[in-house]
Amino acid sequence: MTRGYRSQLAALLKRDLKVALRRRSDVINPLLFLFMVISLFPVAIGPGPDILARIAPGVIWVAALLASLLGLERLFRDDYQDGTLEQLVLLPCPLPLAVLAKILVHWLLTGLPLVVIAPLLALLLNLPLSALPVLLITLLLGTPVLSAVGAVGAALTVSLQRGGAVLSLLVLPLFIPLLIFATAAVESAVFGAPVLGQLLLLASFSILTLTLTPFAVAAAVKVSVN
Amino acid sequence: MWRWLHPYAKGEATYQLLGRWLPWVTALALLSLTVGLVWGLAFAPADYQQGDSYRIIYIHVPAAILSMGAYAGMAIMAFIALVWQIRTAEWSIAAIAPVGAVLTFIALFTGAAWGKPMWGTWWVWDARLTSELILLFLYAGVMALYYAFEDARTGAKAAGILALVGVINLPIIHFSVEWWNTLHQGATITKFAKPSMATEMLWPLLISLVGFALMTAAFVMLRLRHGILRHELHRPWVRDELLDPQQEQS
Repeated sequence: MTRGYRSQLAALLKRDLKVALRRRSDVINPLLFLFMVISLFPVAIGPGPDILARIAPGVIWVAALLASLLGLERLFRDDYQDGTLEQLVLLPCPLPLAVLAKILVHWLLTGLPLVVIAPLLALLLNLPLSALPVLLITLLLGTPVLSAVGAVGAALTVSLQRGGAVLSLLVLPLFIPLLIFATAAVESAVFGAPVLGQLLLLASFSILTLTLTPFAVAAAVKVSVN
Repeated sequence: MWRWLHPYAKGEATYQLLGRWLPWVTALALLSLTVGLVWGLAFAPADYQQGDSYRIIYIHVPAAILSMGAYAGMAIMAFIALVWQIRTAEWSIAAIAPVGAVLTFIALFTGAAWGKPMWGTWWVWDARLTSELILLFLYAGVMALYYAFEDARTGAKAAGILALVGVINLPIIHFSVEWWNTLHQGATITKFAKPSMATEMLWPLLISLVGFALMTAAFVMLRLRHGILRHELHRPWVRDELLDPQQEQS
């Protein structure tokens, strides 16, 4: 039985990745947007290296939140419109598991590139090198949460005509605890304070979210598909 | 218990039950609010440090507690609505959300008004203040989602799921003053410990807390009654209920 699920999940992953990679602009546009948001801050606040280093963790994280909102509306939209989502509900494999696969694909295409280019962003914003590993760890732990919580919002609003505005209204408040934990950890690293406690808190938050949200997403998909 | 609860899945039974309770709840709410607030705001002794400005707690603390209590109630109703598909529970989400949002706003507003003379600032980005603000956003999200769908049932279920996901914020608000070293002080009343407050100050606070709870219940009941009527407008019992019996005779 489990092997059956596994092959279904592998097929699902492969299909989602293929579909998403056919539209490369969806992968690249959020990253370009991220760069633009990041470059707005030195222009608006002034290029002083001290002040940039001070605000860098927060700016990178806020930009990451906003960039993750960009593609979120598409997460279930196309599948909903062509009926694939209904087929997903009908799969013998449990829906939360299938949804988790979709979240994983979304993270691979939005979260992971973000982690990869984060050192460059940190350099642009003059973040101290000593804080860079902590920033990367928080991004690695935090971006799956962005995909997972975002998927809840996307699944809830997928059947709405113009769900984008409602989607960001729903999802952003739920991102705030993550933002608090993550930026607190990076800031302690900037000041050379111990960060392990905050990283562990972030990790447990991340695990809790990834365990529970697939069930919420599955319930939301069922409501939307009706 | 199920045999006792089950009739209230029907709109009419809940409507009649709420109609019987509403006058009592309203009267008790008015009574305890009047006693608690007049006692607290006018007769309780002034604080030795804060003078008279501490009196805002007679509004602030009940509103803050009830803003979380209302959210918990809404989440329980959402759970019932999603698991047992009970429509009166779905409507009660819509009945509770605006009331809870107003309570949250009152808590934030009175907190800001107290913070200005005491902390010297209207607002700080302190953990408890921030998480209470998130609560306001969550209420706004639940309301926005509830009314965003053309099909009211889908909207209710979607809002219910969001309400359940947002429950994660409640422990964060509650423990924020213990987990983080913040400007906002810790709880004054706890169930187990001896309250860190003089008895003649505590009593009016407890009474106005009861008053706020009853007031919240009264508003929710009123809104739920209206919601039931609006959703069951096509049913014969609503027509019987709304049409004046004397008008029908003539």
